Amino acid sequence: MGIEGVGARVARKEDKRFITGAGRYVDDMVVPGMKHAAFVRSPHAHAQIKKIDVKKAQAMPGVVGVLTGKQLKADGIGNLICGWMIHSKDGSPMKMGAWSPLAVDKVRYVGDAVVIVVAETKGQARDAAEAVEITYKELKAVVDATKALEKGAPQIHAEAENNLIFDWEIGDAKATDAAIKAAAHVTRMKIVNNRLVPNAMEPRAALGHYDKAEDHYTCWTTSQNPHVARLVMSAFYNIAPENKLRVIAPDVGGGFGSKIYIYPEEIVCLWASKKTGVPVKWVADRTESFLSDAHGRDHVSTVEMAFDKNNRITGLKVDTIANLGAYMSLFSSCVPTYLYATLLSGQYDIPAIHANVRTVYTNTAPVDAYRGAGRPEATYLLERTMEAAARELRVSPAELRRTNFITSFPHQTPVIMNYDAGDYGASLDAATKASDYAGFAKRKAAAAKKGLLRGIGMSCYIEACGIAPSAAVGSLGAGVGLWESAEVRVNAVGTIEVLTGSHSHGQGHETTFAQLVNERFGVPIDSVSIVHGDTDKVQMGMGTYGSRSGAVGMSAIAKALDKVEAKAKKIAAHLLEADEGDIVIENGALKVAGTDKNIPWFQMALAAYTAHNLPSGMEPGLKETAFYDPANFTFPAGCYICEVEIDPETGTTEIVQFVAADDFGNIINPMIVEGQVHGGIAQGIGQALLEGAHYDAGGQLLTASYMDYTMPRAGDLPSFKVSTSNTPCPSNPLGIKGCGEAGAIGSPPAVINAITDAIGITDIAMPASPSTVWAAIRAATKH
Amino acid sequence: MSDVSLMVNGKRVSGTAEDRTLLVHFLRENLGLTGTHVGCDTSQCGACVVHVDGKAVKSCSMLAVQASGSNIVTIEGLANGADLHPVQAAFKEHHGLQCGFCTPGMIMTATDMIARHPEGLDEATVRAELEGNICRCTGYHNIVKAILAASKTMAKGAKGKAKQAA
Repeated sequence: MGIEGVGARVARKEDKRFITGAGRYVDDMVVPGMKHAAFVRSPHAHAQIKKIDVKKAQAMPGVVGVLTGKQLKADGIGNLICGWMIHSKDGSPMKMGAWSPLAVDKVRYVGDAVVIVVAETKGQARDAAEAVEITYKELKAVVDATKALEKGAPQIHAEAENNLIFDWEIGDAKATDAAIKAAAHVTRMKIVNNRLVPNAMEPRAALGHYDKAEDHYTCWTTSQNPHVARLVMSAFYNIAPENKLRVIAPDVGGGFGSKIYIYPEEIVCLWASKKTGVPVKWVADRTESFLSDAHGRDHVSTVEMAFDKNNRITGLKVDTIANLGAYMSLFSSCVPTYLYATLLSGQYDIPAIHANVRTVYTNTAPVDAYRGAGRPEATYLLERTMEAAARELRVSPAELRRTNFITSFPHQTPVIMNYDAGDYGASLDAATKASDYAGFAKRKAAAAKKGLLRGIGMSCYIEACGIAPSAAVGSLGAGVGLWESAEVRVNAVGTIEVLTGSHSHGQGHETTFAQLVNERFGVPIDSVSIVHGDTDKVQMGMGTYGSRSGAVGMSAIAKALDKVEAKAKKIAAHLLEADEGDIVIENGALKVAGTDKNIPWFQMALAAYTAHNLPSGMEPGLKETAFYDPANFTFPAGCYICEVEIDPETGTTEIVQFVAADDFGNIINPMIVEGQVHGGIAQGIGQALLEGAHYDAGGQLLTASYMDYTMPRAGDLPSFKVSTSNTPCPSNPLGIKGCGEAGAIGSPPAVINAITDAIGITDIAMPASPSTVWAAIRAATKH
Repeated sequence: MSDVSLMVNGKRVSGTAEDRTLLVHFLRENLGLTGTHVGCDTSQCGACVVHVDGKAVKSCSMLAVQASGSNIVTIEGLANGADLHPVQAAFKEHHGLQCGFCTPGMIMTATDMIARHPEGLDEATVRAELEGNICRCTGYHNIVKAILAASKTMAKGAKGKAKQAA
């Protein structure tokens, strides 16, 4: 490892522009003639649209156009779709209701877009939006998924009877029932995973520009995957064929899943640009983001975990109802199925598992992947149940887990996944040591003297990243392949451009990807530029989500680097009159091993382009592309331990210690990896203690601003103790597993296990806010 | 419409704006200073913090016309030419940013915080005083680290200057 190579703690190249205010986000983009859009959104959770009168709005100052869903449909713009087909256990396909980018006959949640107003200024667009008169006939609404399944509940989509989208299962029901019947002990829990709002700090935005002369569209958008956006907008929404549509995702201010999907706004802005003849920019305000960004989680489950007399798990039965909101968002169907139930074996050797999942329409914002996507729900369910079981069985939570750990690999679980590598005992040891787990009793006693309730909780998570291989996800219903592409261009002066289909929105790819090149060729990272986020520059890519950019995106780069290296060595061997197999690359030069004969990297590059003296038959230039399709998912895992002190007088929980011990496989830049873990843990603690999206019974979102939805602030969190003990991933060339989501997956159960331990109760609802904790303490002391 | 005249990053600027125009929108749209960001509608997130007459202010919480006559420093005006301000340098060194969206506000708040605590800062104070700035990426761990480091660097710098003056 050099000072800029793989494994080095290199400061980020991209920071310069962000710390000087020179970042370029969608809202910073200005195009000549650009006008501003405001959306008129439904104030009702469920209503028929009787009449839309735009006359007054059209006459307002500065208004360029007021457009409706009827016009959009007349122009042939398609409905939004869910790109992952799930079949119910009876073999029937999921029941997808129509989602028009602008509602035509009916609105189904508060925030559903109905009309777009385009005006000279943002202020004028908003003023005119208020003047649009829409007559609604209100219908009864339902926001709770369990209630939506009841007979007589409001019918949200004609296609989905009783609001049931699919009723899906995985695993062996018979074997699991038999295990439960024969068990020495069964732990039973009801597990609720609260609904969250992702809240990337940059609100969503779109700038659509139709160029009449070229008959060509450009869309700047806050996207984690601009190529998928182009593909979907071309193939399904009929905006334009791919060659006439360029999608650019410039600097993007965080995503956490919420910017994977193609939303109505970017479709409508592109269409409205053609319709009005001007470039159209829309930027969400925060309340619009709360109302219309895809939400996360919202599961209600029951679980039965069976043990034999040696405390070994013999079976796990899970029944889950997942709320998907008013429409099926792009990947909504795979989150509570293949990203959730396939992880229900956790780190444990469980011979029989059965999970049943019902997904449901409600009159709420669409629900899709949010950091972790399905895996936090699986981990929360398992790790809360393990903790409860340990208490019931009167054994140490650490030992109960250790007893059940998978210890040999590869390990085939009963729910599809084949774990390739791991050392769960090592993470548990690292976490118990770092947290002084053994010394907890003393600390609890000391806290008690101060009148505080101290508790400790752990969570041993596993996740599946890299979401792949393409053929496998295809067979499970995915509408896309989940490979990644890379192009490495060596310029004539030896500098390098790496074009990648991954997209960085905080992950630091401009640095880590350059480190990979430095490791290989010894070229300084300042001479390596990473190009991403523009469909005109990068041919195709699948974007960044599911912690895939390291394991999949960088593996594609490694493959392209292999090809560049092979050609570079051929050129060097020719120039140095040596055998190609004797050429090594060291410190920015190509050398004949064991001699002092060498040629600097830049000279070899120049030779490739002058082409005066290349091996016979070789094409000039030095540019290679690669597509990498993973052989398997990757399986990061780890152990998190949380320690809390609760003030029984106020119910306030302080996290006094948080330890994370992760196994991420090989690491490119430990500083960036630690940053990912910190951020993930903060979101997980947010879920456990602070955050929750609440709709009232009529479907109004009560938590639609930062005054109502509690975002974790600096004062709510401690500094974290993070470490890694890594087993390289055998399934990709770099041995990387992925680190982006672990923190958000592993932390909520650790926090709740600590709180329930402190209070001496079995369960508490997330978020465990002071009032909830206070009430729980009061209820517990009554008994 | 009202006339607005300001000193921004050491330069006198003027323009006209609708009375309802917030300072942040004037900076971004009239002056093209897009480093100052808008992350919420309720003055909670702090992405728009600038310095108004030497104090950290959320530029979404005042009208452009109210700011007329003030001396404003935005993130674009913090560095001394090519030399980063110590707070900017510390955010980079300690990985105090990821997506970069909250970063300008964080840095402007931190600079003000350090100036108000010449006696130095501790972790609890930094965390408490970051109440008005939300970050979704970093979990604040490295932001706190960066601010504490910058505070130390600036204290040393101040001592050095005092010695030179003596």
